[in-house]
Order: sequence, then structure tokens, then C-alpha cells
Amino acid sequence: MPIILDKVSHVYEAGTAMSVTALNNVSLVIPDGQFIGLIGHTGSGKSTLIQHLNGLIKATSGSIYFNGEDIDADDFDKKKLRSKVGLVFQYPEYQLFEADVFSDVCFGPKNLGLTKKEAELRAYEALKLVGVDDEYFYQSPFDLSGGQKRRVAIAGVLAMKPDVLILDEPTAGLDPRGRDEILEQVAKLKRETGITVMLVSHSMDDVAKYVDRIIVMNKGSVMLDDKPKEVFKQYERLEEVGLAAPQVTYIMKTLHDRGYDVRLDIDTIDEAKEEIMSYFSRLAEAKKRR
Amino acid sequence: MGIIKVKDLIFEYIRRDEEGNVEGITTAVDDVNLDINQGDFVSILGHNGSGKSTLAKHLNAILYPTEGTVWVDGKDTKNDEYLWDIRQTAGMVFQNPDNQIIGQVVEEDVGFGPENMGVPTAEIWARVEESLKAVGMYEFRKYSPNKLSGGQKQRVSIAGVIAMHPKCIILDEPTAMLDPKGRREVIRAVRALNDVEKITVILITHYMEEVIYSDRVYVMDKGKVALQGTPREIFSQVERLRELRLDVPQVTLLAHELRKEGFPIPAGILTKEEFADALDESIKEI
Repeated sequence: MPIILDKVSHVYEAGTAMSVTALNNVSLVIPDGQFIGLIGHTGSGKSTLIQHLNGLIKATSGSIYFNGEDIDADDFDKKKLRSKVGLVFQYPEYQLFEADVFSDVCFGPKNLGLTKKEAELRAYEALKLVGVDDEYFYQSPFDLSGGQKRRVAIAGVLAMKPDVLILDEPTAGLDPRGRDEILEQVAKLKRETGITVMLVSHSMDDVAKYVDRIIVMNKGSVMLDDKPKEVFKQYERLEEVGLAAPQVTYIMKTLHDRGYDVRLDIDTIDEAKEEIMSYFSRLAEAKKRR
Repeated sequence: MGIIKVKDLIFEYIRRDEEGNVEGITTAVDDVNLDINQGDFVSILGHNGSGKSTLAKHLNAILYPTEGTVWVDGKDTKNDEYLWDIRQTAGMVFQNPDNQIIGQVVEEDVGFGPENMGVPTAEIWARVEESLKAVGMYEFRKYSPNKLSGGQKQRVSIAGVIAMHPKCIILDEPTAMLDPKGRREVIRAVRALNDVEKITVILITHYMEEVIYSDRVYVMDKGKVALQGTPREIFSQVERLRELRLDVPQVTLLAHELRKEGFPIPAGILTKEEFADALDESIKEI
């Protein structure tokens, strides 16, 4: 179920002195099955953009097509759109409300009009997908750790069986292990179900490690839209708009500046390790020949 | 005695069910001892639920010890008489910038603290000016706080604390909600306060690369201090930190990985430059 944005603009409080253009002529194609990172500084329009994707806010101008249908057409079923495009907000654990974990995850599918049994089946599957064990099912969600709560909240959205999962800073406030666990789980979910995942993040290190496409927002427009390597190569442009490349990219640049003949388009630790090791073996090789 | 001294601190809270019956007791801080000197830059690391925020809240008398004692500038926090002195000596900055700003204009917000303390008007303005300059926000003094970015708002919050002329500032995950630029701005401002103004800094964070400039790092686990030392000593223990649900800066990790492959790189590399120096040395051994 691809999503297409055609020249979408959004102006808050249009026509008043307070008017702010949050999205400016954004055109994007989001095909099935991609893992997309959405980055941009605070106020660049990321949150406004993702709220358009499931019809929470309406474009001031331009059109959005979900699976070929205009989502603003009168006969378009917005309720269905919201079950197909699942949005997990920042700090989603604040939205947990039921007495136990399992009921909380059942709430969404029940609201879709599914039978109790179907809803429970989906809740079970969703909790398994995010790695929450049976022992927690009948505990109060409020007694869980920060990372666990967040998984339960994500399961609540997954139980709607979305084709597209959008996560707005899913790791904010978590400790490093919690960050890795959530992202590993999302990556696994992506592999197993093949759904489209869009990750909004301020952590370039995380984005570099997981996604296969990065969209960079600046002042309401798409500034860059490419593979991670291509995007991070332009770290100077990223810095101009309050972003950065992963730390490891700068490490490689430091080495390169010192005359090391190493690649600069490196964005993960594993790659950097391999590149440095291969550089050293090339040096050793050359020395032997001399 | 240092500016902050914590002796045998235990903090317990009672968990109750919906009817108010006691379900059990949780020990959030379990026998912690700290002695922090005036002018130090101290970082506290620890996974979610390790007790670091609970500990921090003892340092300006938001919470009181169940057992043990906390002294701020020599004053026992349990003594009500000292409450305002203590809050003025040790100011606190929290995670969410939107929850800490009350003024309609930046300079009013920063002036709120000293005004509350009864500082004369002329001096309030002088303090507002110096505080905003110290965090690099002076040019925004006439702005409405809601027009600022997250990093700018956090720096205004910090200015609001330093306008009260504290000897010590405690920052509880001040960068958790910020973008990379906002994080850099806040950390730079905090380091300047420590370097230039000699204000004692206690920084709680989940970002490992933010603590490499500290004089001392404490790592909390299950309410106890699990590790303490200089950043280099702490980050030399990559595997141990992972057990504690933490991490090391990327450059430290890369150096660690290469070391495992036999590169003669010392443990606890903290910066790109150190890393490059270590590789330069390794090249000589080929």
C-alpha cells in the first residue's frame, strides 16, 4: 500500500498574523517495504509530515494518495487509513491506560469492530512481535520498566495490523541497552512482516545502522532524500541545518585528514573496523614487497 | 567536606495498591556515598530505574533520605531551616524544556528566580544579563520562549538557575529531548559554566559522549554505585558497561574492537584525536 504525497503544504493558522508554513510543497513516494529514517532539527516539519500520512491533519494544499486513493476524497474511509498507517507518538507509554497489558493491546483491534477472540489473537501476536513475554500479560502496564512500557505501546499499534508503521523518536529517554533492544525489535519486525517502517530520530548513529533510505527535512521542505551513505557524505550540509553525520563518519574523516587512504562514506562501527583493518593489511602487504 | 557530601544514603518508598494498602517497599537508593568538591564536573550514568534521578533529587532537598545524610555546602538537607539556602546553592535543570519555563519573555523567565529571592531590581537585571551571556542566549532576551528551539529553551532554563548564583548545578538528562545541535549547544554551555564560572556540575545522561569531559563518573545500578572513576577508567570497561545496560562512545567502541583484533591501542580512548594518535603508533609497528 504505497503512499504518495503530491506537492503537499501545510500552514498552521493560515490567514492570521501567526501563520506558520510547516510543510512547503513536499512530494514523496513511500513504496511498500522500505525502512525509512526521517531526520531534521526541532521544528523542521517532521511531526507535521507524519501526521499527514494517516490523515490526522489535513494538507492546506496538495494531495495525499494511499494505495492510489485520495485520502481527502469524500468517500475515503479515514478510519481504515488509521488502522493501515500506524503512528506511534513520542513517549507512547503515557497513552497506556488499561488495567493490564493484554487488555491495553486489545483496545485498538476491538475498536476496529473485531470479535473478542480475533482481537485477543491479534494482541497476542503483537505482543510476541515486540518481545513482551507471557508473564507480563496480566500485569498493570504501569509496573513495567520504561523500555517494556514502550514495547507494549508499540504492540497496541501493531495489533491494528498496519501496513505502514511510523515511530516518532521511539528511543527518547531510554538507556543505551533499551535503545538497542527497541530498534533491534523493530528491525526484526520489519524483516518478519515486510511492512514499511518510518523512523523519526535524532540519533544519527541509530539511523545509519538500520534504515535503507533517509529523508532530511529542513524548514518544511525535503532537503535530501537518498541512501544513508549518500546523505551522510554531505555532513557539512547536515551540520548547516542542525544535524550531523554519525560519530564514526567523523572518525574516518580525522584519519583521512592525517593522510590515511581510507574511505569516507562509512557510517557504522563494523564498516569502520573492516576498512581500517584492510588499510593496515594493505600497508603491511606493500611493506613486504619492498 | 566538599560542596556536596552524601553519606550512607538509603531512600525507600512504599508501594501501595489502589486502596492504599501497602504492597511492598522499594529501595531506590541503596547505601550511596559521594563527596563532590567545589568546581568539579561529575557525571552520573545508569540504566532506566537504576536510581540516578532519585539520587539527584536528594541533592537539592526535593527528597529526603530514609537513612543516612546529605550535606549541601555543609548544610544537612533534612533540616527545614536550610531548605531555601540549599535550593539556592544547588539548582536543578530537568529533562523537558517545556515544563520549566514560566515567563512570557526570556529575560523575565530568567529574572524569576532572583526576584523570588528578594534580590534588588537593578541587580536582577545585571544577573539576567550575565546569566544569558553565560549560556549564549543574550541576543534572545526579548523573545517569547515558545519561539525558541529545544536547545535554546534548555539554555534559558540553565540561565534561570545560574541567575540565582548557585555553587552547584544538577542537570537531569537535559539533552534527552533535543536534536544533535541542541545537545551540542547545551553541553557546550554546561562546560563553559564549569570552566569559566567554576560552578560545580552534576550531569545525569544516557549519552555516553557527553561525559568524556567530566572529572569523575559514577555509574549506578540497583540503587548502588556500581563503578566510579575518571571517564577513561570507566570507558575502559566496555563489557562491564554493557552488562549495566550502558554503552561507550563510538570512538571508544571502535578502538576496543580493533584492540580485540590485536591492534596495539590502549584501552579507554575517548576522542577522535586520541584514536588517530594510537593508530599512528600502530602503523610504526607494521
